[in-house]
Amino acid sequence: MNKYAEFKNHQREIFHFQLRLVVSIGFVLLLLAILLLRFFYLQAFRHNYYQTLAESNRIAIVPIVPNRGLILDRNGVVLARNYSGYTLEINQNKTTDMEATINELSTLVEITSKDRRRFKKLLAESHDFDTLMIRNRLTDEEVARFAAQQYRFPAVEIKARLFRDYPFGEKTAHLVGYIGRINEADAAQLEANDLAANYRGSDYIGKTGLEQSYESDLHGTTGIEQVEVDAGGRPVRMLSHTAPVSGNTLVLSIDSKLQEIAEQSFGNYRGALVAIDPNNGEVLAFVSKPGYDPNPFIDGIDSQSWDELNNSPDVPLNNRALRGQYPPGSTIKPFMALAGLKFRTRKPEQTISDPGVFSLPGSSRQYRDWKAGGHGSVNMFKAIQMSCDTYFYGLATELGIDNIFDYLSRFGFGNKTGIDLEGESSGLLPSQDWKMKRFQQIWYPGDTVSVGIGQGYSLVTPTQLAFATATLANDGMAYKPHLVKEVRSSFGEQKRLIASEPLNDLHIEKAGLDLVKKAMVAVTQPGGTAVYASLGTPYHIAGKTGTAQVVAMKQGEKYDEKKVDERLRDHAWFIAFAPAEEPRIALVVLAENGGHGGGTAAPIARKVLDYYLLGKIPKPLQEVTEKEGSEHD
Amino acid sequence: MTRRQLLQRLIAHLDRPLLLGIGLLLVTGLLVLYSADNASLDRPLRQLLNMSVALACMWLIANLPLHYLMRTAVPIYLLGMVLLVGVALFGEISHGARRWLNLGVATVQPSELMKIGVPLMMAWYFEKHEATLTLKNYFIAAMLLLMPIALIARQPDLGTSILILASGFYVLFLAGLSWRVMGTVFVAALASAPFIWKYMLHEYQRHRIMMLFDPSQDALGNGYHTIQATIAVGSGGILGKGYLNGTQTHLDFLPERTTDFIFAVFSEEFGLLGCLILLGMYSFVIWRGFRITANASTYFTRLMAGSITLTFATYAFVNMGMVCGILPVVGVPLPLISYGGTSMLTLLLGFGMLMSIETHKKLVRT
Repeated sequence: MNKYAEFKNHQREIFHFQLRLVVSIGFVLLLLAILLLRFFYLQAFRHNYYQTLAESNRIAIVPIVPNRGLILDRNGVVLARNYSGYTLEINQNKTTDMEATINELSTLVEITSKDRRRFKKLLAESHDFDTLMIRNRLTDEEVARFAAQQYRFPAVEIKARLFRDYPFGEKTAHLVGYIGRINEADAAQLEANDLAANYRGSDYIGKTGLEQSYESDLHGTTGIEQVEVDAGGRPVRMLSHTAPVSGNTLVLSIDSKLQEIAEQSFGNYRGALVAIDPNNGEVLAFVSKPGYDPNPFIDGIDSQSWDELNNSPDVPLNNRALRGQYPPGSTIKPFMALAGLKFRTRKPEQTISDPGVFSLPGSSRQYRDWKAGGHGSVNMFKAIQMSCDTYFYGLATELGIDNIFDYLSRFGFGNKTGIDLEGESSGLLPSQDWKMKRFQQIWYPGDTVSVGIGQGYSLVTPTQLAFATATLANDGMAYKPHLVKEVRSSFGEQKRLIASEPLNDLHIEKAGLDLVKKAMVAVTQPGGTAVYASLGTPYHIAGKTGTAQVVAMKQGEKYDEKKVDERLRDHAWFIAFAPAEEPRIALVVLAENGGHGGGTAAPIARKVLDYYLLGKIPKPLQEVTEKEGSEHD
Repeated sequence: MTRRQLLQRLIAHLDRPLLLGIGLLLVTGLLVLYSADNASLDRPLRQLLNMSVALACMWLIANLPLHYLMRTAVPIYLLGMVLLVGVALFGEISHGARRWLNLGVATVQPSELMKIGVPLMMAWYFEKHEATLTLKNYFIAAMLLLMPIALIARQPDLGTSILILASGFYVLFLAGLSWRVMGTVFVAALASAPFIWKYMLHEYQRHRIMMLFDPSQDALGNGYHTIQATIAVGSGGILGKGYLNGTQTHLDFLPERTTDFIFAVFSEEFGLLGCLILLGMYSFVIWRGFRITANASTYFTRLMAGSITLTFATYAFVNMGMVCGILPVVGVPLPLISYGGTSMLTLLLGFGMLMSIETHKKLVRT
């Protein structure tokens, strides 16, 4: 290429560019012209029309908030309801000295320091809310007193509103959850899901529990009212009205009486109980102890009460049934036994001799049986009945971790069950891959040994274990656990049933299943680890006890319950289903720091089973019920 | 060095006419913001802080010689792409869209970076292949544009991806993409529109476009914005209702009036006359941008300056068009007026480049 050509090229290029630039300027002028025309049209040509619209503006579009849906138990008992009441609200824009206004108000109606703290929090969080609540649930007298003095408070108004109420309080807190004020994060979420329009005027949204997971059903559809307002913003007349549609009613599979009995049977123990109907996955009781009263959360709990709940050593806000992860302990043994039969590792009648300790070949490390001296000659049936550790140490070693992982994951261990609550934990079913990812270490044979008795790395949630127990009770046919049975419109007609189709069938061989189930019945019979659980029952209970270690014992050291601090004691498990021959209920009880499963967890299960199968109400509750009865007489 | 000399050196690289235009718009912005925020100083003061930071960055860029600017093109673009891929893989889902990336120290929105990164990269690419431009080069440049667009569009962020598409298209256009190719692509785009409508747009995006034709359909949601904003603009009339006297504004009828809908506040209070003056100010800035483009010394700077200027014009048009109801509501702020720090920074960085292009050209002219 010679210099001349290059030069010419350059000139041509500049020329082309200038041409394009002129076109660009033309384009911008076109855009300008479009805008100018539009401005002329709106502001000069149609000005009168819009002027009138703005003047008489004033057509205010007022959202009408729908009533939130109710939550009922399976028998129609109300677990969450609405009631109307009066609130006192302050308009932020109309008051200059907030503190003075509140002080003056407090001479008329009681305003506690809790109310003040909550108001401060609301004030700090508020953006577009023009009015903020200072007091709720005013008495009729307070309403009258304020109404007489209203002229002194131009910024304060009384509003009639619907309040949410949870009559069962802490008994259903972890199940029903609570609603709370829509905060900035909620608002942004609604905006993103294009739901902001339907929430105009709504102040509350489900925050936890079923209130959260079924929010779209419970909220309903917001109505619209077009009203003409005067210059001061007061409504003059209504122009059009679209009625809101109330939220749907949730009918749970929970039996509130059973829930109550389960809750009270724990006494002072912390823990969890999940009871499932194995024939369809309906959750009958769902308890996490201790609970907390959800009612103060609705209008924003004050920080002091929050701190008390949040810093309590009992962690009442933690949903143990859903999120608590514990070693399954010996409750894993029936499932391990099925794995052994499935892979033909052990024949049912094969016996081992248990000297009370187990060692891997070529290793000096000793794995102790819980019973010093051992159980003697043990076959599979006896191993489950007496919870023989040595038998399962050996079984696990023979199975190997890959087979254990494969079989136990079919029962849902290590995975979320998919129950209809948000925030479920998935537990932990260890495997070679997992250990490599987590610790960059290979799997040692010694790791497998403790997995055999549900210790080591294994973790389960009470919900997960209940799901597995229900699957076992139903001969390997798994149903997804669900708390909501059906969704109804506010008029009561059925909208949809929550699925109860089977998830999958594990195809467990009948002979093996019968053996394990019979052994589990023997657990609650003389010679088993939970004899007292079925003392005098007209039905058979199939069960299994378990103990989850809180602190690991050193080699050669012995666990002595009396010497260990209460909070470091072992957790007690009991899994059961009954009647054993044709199960109608499967349940899991976890009593934190309860020691042995047979001693603390099994009696709780017994009370629940007695009520569900026989309608028997336990003693302490009976007294309460009788007292209530006599009051009405 | 005397004080005077020092001052001279400090402002040597600031283009006076451009600075004047920007300054007028910024001051107007503060005044309108004060009214939009119900005569509170809260947001105007915070906006003043945003402006100071953005102006300082503009000054820095303006003082940066052009070859430095060019050298940043590839790193900025690559960084932007890595971050966008990062968003697609590990991004935080917030507000239902995956737009943010948590880097441990800060959460960033890489699409914002690409508003500058994409035209910069394309201009750099054309400069590199200036002597031998063939259709293949245009195709590669188009790919440089479409890759980030695809990533941003699937976040999903339709507004931003359309604006970046525009800024990249301007580079292609100024670089001389043949009319025939543009025509073909345009026709193809029109033909595929029904397909895009059906399969590629999210429900809420279709909804927003539908609403443009009938805002009353959604009187509680997005339609409400359009209805009230149009009333505000129209009721302003020739002279407006007067500063701080807009009824739509002060009786809370206007939504998002400090950010995307601030133009409604302005035109309600200052009327058609005010709108003409505002358009005048924007035109002045755009005119100056075109002058700088026409005088730019290298291929790279010509393309960059042209794209920045045209993009600025597009932002202003899209926002005003959306407020007065001729374009769908896509979250685009009114440039230099709306409340918000990010768009302020991006815009002033662009103007910093324009200033650098104008004031450094004597040094590199060959």
